Amino acid sequence: MKVMPIIDREKCQVCGLCVSVCVCGALIIVDNTVKVIEVDECRWCTLCELVCPNGAITCPFDIIIENE
Amino acid sequence: MAVKVEFLRSIPYFAGLSDSEIESLGRYVFEKKAERGEILSFEGEPADALYFVIAGAVKVFKTSADGKEQIFHIIRPGDSFNDVSVLSVNANLVSAEAMGTVVLNAIKKNDLEVILREHPKVALNAIQVLSRRVQELVSLVENFSFRHVTSRVAKMLLEYAGDGVGERPRLTQQEMAAMIGTAREMVGRSLKNLEAEGAIRLERNRVIITDQQALRKLAGIA
Repeated sequence: MKVMPIIDREKCQVCGLCVSVCVCGALIIVDNTVKVIEVDECRWCTLCELVCPNGAITCPFDIIIENE
Repeated sequence: MAVKVEFLRSIPYFAGLSDSEIESLGRYVFEKKAERGEILSFEGEPADALYFVIAGAVKVFKTSADGKEQIFHIIRPGDSFNDVSVLSVNANLVSAEAMGTVVLNAIKKNDLEVILREHPKVALNAIQVLSRRVQELVSLVENFSFRHVTSRVAKMLLEYAGDGVGERPRLTQQEMAAMIGTAREMVGRSLKNLEAEGAIRLERNRVIITDQQALRKLAGIA
């Protein structure tokens, strides 16, 4: 399963900003809820996280040491 | 109870205590669980308890009047938070938030005072823990005063990755920025700088430290 951005349903006000900036179609609004779809094209640009006015969407990074 | 005693033995506050002493402290310890985003203590509210993280990670932070966040520590299993507030003033100096599902052990402020009076060894251990907190804050001031942002990002990556052993919560660029007192955009730029220097490699949702020596040099660590 591909790691995708995480949406906090309690914080999300469904303003749709994240959907409007997502270039890979990973975010859609269904039944007045923002949903994340697993798509290969998601490059983790983090634009959705950047534009969210409520801090409801996050794109966290693993920080690892090579060969560990 | 066995699991609780085993855990207590592993944390710095109770180092050097006998098995029977640790077992006797078990009655003061209670468990608390929280989910991602749950606030465990609010800045300015009365400090009610000392917390130890058993599982998961906790973010300890302060928020400015205009909503800017400064992260002081990411607390991992075996470490504690709320120490300074519980042992000194009555109000929480900082806030604490669960970064995922979290299991905590806690000791109420009043019970902690009883423990400290009855077990001088715990009081000595507490001094060591508080000394470490001072060292961490000195390091933070040093970062703000003497390091440029790329250098701060390099140091944060090294400290966060540690020895590479154990689980660590993933960090957003916003959280990285809040840890080193800068803007999110600066973190993105600094990560690219560090990649250009050959110290790290960025792979979608992973920051991979490829050359620890180079990263240490960029962080200004001898």
